Amino acid sequence: MSVQTPLVDRLARATPMPVASQLRGLSDRSIAWIFIGPTMLLLLAINIFPLIWTVKLSFTNYRANRPNAAVTDLGIENYVTILTDPDIWAAMQTTAHFVFWTIALQTLIGFTLAFLIDRKFRGHGFWTTLILIPMMLSPAVVGNFWAFLYQPQTGLFNAVVAALTGVSPSSFSMLGEVPLAPWAIILVDSWMWTPYVMLICLAGLRSIPDYIYEAAEVDRASKWRQFWSITLPMVLPFIMLAVLFRGIENFKMFDMVNLLTSGGPGSTTEVASITLKREAFEKWRTGYSSAFAIILFVAVFGLANIYVKALNHIKNR
Amino acid sequence: MKKIFNKLPALASVALAATMGLGSTVAQAQEKTITLCWAAWDPANALVELSKDFTAQSKVKMKFEFVPWPNFADRMLNELNSKGKLCDLIIGDSQWIGGAAESGHYVKLNDFFAKEGIKMTDFAPATVVGYAEWPKNTPNYWALPAMADALGWTYRKDWFAKPDIQAEFKKKHNRDLAPPKTWTEFKQVSEFFQGRMIDGKKVYGAYIFTERGSEGITMGVSNVFYPFGFKYQDPKKPYALDGFVNSPDSVRALEFYKSLHKGSTPPGLTNSYMGEGLDAFKSGQVAMMMNWFAFFPGLDKDPNVGGAKIGYFVNPSDKAKGVQLGGQGISVVSYSPNRNEALAYIKWFANPEVQKKWQAIGGSSAHNAVLKDPGYLKSAPYAAAFQESMNQVVDFWAEPSYAQLMLAQQKRVHDFVVADKGTAKEALDGLVADWKKVFKDDGKIK
Repeated sequence: MSVQTPLVDRLARATPMPVASQLRGLSDRSIAWIFIGPTMLLLLAINIFPLIWTVKLSFTNYRANRPNAAVTDLGIENYVTILTDPDIWAAMQTTAHFVFWTIALQTLIGFTLAFLIDRKFRGHGFWTTLILIPMMLSPAVVGNFWAFLYQPQTGLFNAVVAALTGVSPSSFSMLGEVPLAPWAIILVDSWMWTPYVMLICLAGLRSIPDYIYEAAEVDRASKWRQFWSITLPMVLPFIMLAVLFRGIENFKMFDMVNLLTSGGPGSTTEVASITLKREAFEKWRTGYSSAFAIILFVAVFGLANIYVKALNHIKNR
Repeated sequence: MKKIFNKLPALASVALAATMGLGSTVAQAQEKTITLCWAAWDPANALVELSKDFTAQSKVKMKFEFVPWPNFADRMLNELNSKGKLCDLIIGDSQWIGGAAESGHYVKLNDFFAKEGIKMTDFAPATVVGYAEWPKNTPNYWALPAMADALGWTYRKDWFAKPDIQAEFKKKHNRDLAPPKTWTEFKQVSEFFQGRMIDGKKVYGAYIFTERGSEGITMGVSNVFYPFGFKYQDPKKPYALDGFVNSPDSVRALEFYKSLHKGSTPPGLTNSYMGEGLDAFKSGQVAMMMNWFAFFPGLDKDPNVGGAKIGYFVNPSDKAKGVQLGGQGISVVSYSPNRNEALAYIKWFANPEVQKKWQAIGGSSAHNAVLKDPGYLKSAPYAAAFQESMNQVVDFWAEPSYAQLMLAQQKRVHDFVVADKGTAKEALDGLVADWKKVFKDDGKIK
């Protein structure tokens, strides 16, 4: 105390009087606004303003590459065109297919891995670290090296499949054949992001107190019964959280698809984000792509909201 | 006199200040740096070497911004559209010229050319139309032809020369195995090599472009379209597409390209462009490779497949001749704060002696002083094929909406050729519908 007091005194004396006197007259609410004001302004500038601007552009025929061209107000024409365009619906269908299967695989495998890793065994820390490596890599790196792995003549993936099944490695192309290309991307995404789901599930499993299992043991509940009545219900909110995160991420998946197939063969793997990028930054249909971005935003926002409500319902049960 | 003497110190100060000012201006000029933007490939490295002469002569330093081909258009068009000042000079793709001219990204060079005595008649006509003019075939110049290029072919001369292969081919087709002159011959040769064992290794017939994301498959299929009789529009009625883009000849050409893809190429060739082609050829996988002439100087020096092992030929013909134009012109960016220095570079680059050196160190000049030089045809093994190709070149649309037109063709052709979706006729009818919509939005048709 004896050390602090002179320091406080010195600081008080060093504070310029006008500022101090001004601050003295401020209410708690005003001081709170002073603190959060800059952050709010930043958020408005980088999030809210672009969103409002995008909404405004979505009702026009504006093209960012033709600054001199006249901008016409189209009303809801862009929205109508998008919602009646079969190519857009095909892209949305591809996205839905991609989101569904990646989430299904990642949740199933991620939870299974977490369940296994949760058992204390020799070297489980090493295995946990090893499993987590893929999610630490850059998607650009992952996309490029999987493109090499999938190479029909020299790729390791085809060689392994050939060794296991006896088919010729160059007889199939994971990225070039219509039935295989979507699964090739699903496989890579699952390889990369299953560890993430596993990590969240592991956190859920570790949060279950041991005494619940001990009580179940006393009640002679079987392992299977313990799993269904204790483990799964208590981990479910964590699984749902992982599903929410992966769902939002995969809905806007771009990098992996772009690197592996560029949306091909043909348009087989053209997900909504690839279509959006082409419309916005290759065709430069800024107004049209703004409308598409708003539709995607509303879709993700709406679905996420419904999902969060369901999640809260389960948590409160 | 006394008054003058009285004023001497002041005059001296003014003179000193003026000298210092002048000195600093000279120093500033000496320190001036301009940036040239282009794609990252072999000719760009040659340009770095060449530009050292410009710096030595003008004292203007050069900086370079080279972007890999797959991202080149995205990166540079973003830069231009945002009126960025990164590039003082840009060597932009031929298809950008319409959009860049109409949006005011490039400086119009007519007055500058007239003032400096730079004549477009000194350059190969196809390169002037392709790289410099907008609207096409009008004397409105937005660039100086910088890098003449076209799609050509390489082949494994050493494989073609093997007596056993020669004999087998002759027995099968009753003619000598030679670089194909027609597409029918091409198919015979590529199918002959497909899956053949050479030097203990399985090889394939041909490498063709199939890339989906940017322009690859469009460039590749165009090399078949043009000789088969495809036309972008009615020559008598601009933007009239029906019966030209989707003519029976065009349908035949698209079906032919698909048959090549299915029966004459290495497995997994579904999203590949120039870089993958070079890999396939250099690793000895294919007997023939479609690629840009710009890569051929490098290939010719390759220790594994270059020199005596490699040969070159012009795109095969069918009912007509035609080759896809490549290459670029050099333009001054309107937003550059260093316009005078950038124009000085163009003036220097247009000099015939500089053009000769450009050709000699790995560039590809479009200047007649190079192309019509008596020694040109013997200057490189691919020179004759290049010169013949440049007389047959056709280019894709260079409209301001070229990107939309390109992406539509990429999708339609890839859907049919690689993804086996629909028929060739459906693909081309769809392409006509897509292109009509673009031209309608642009107000070119009603």
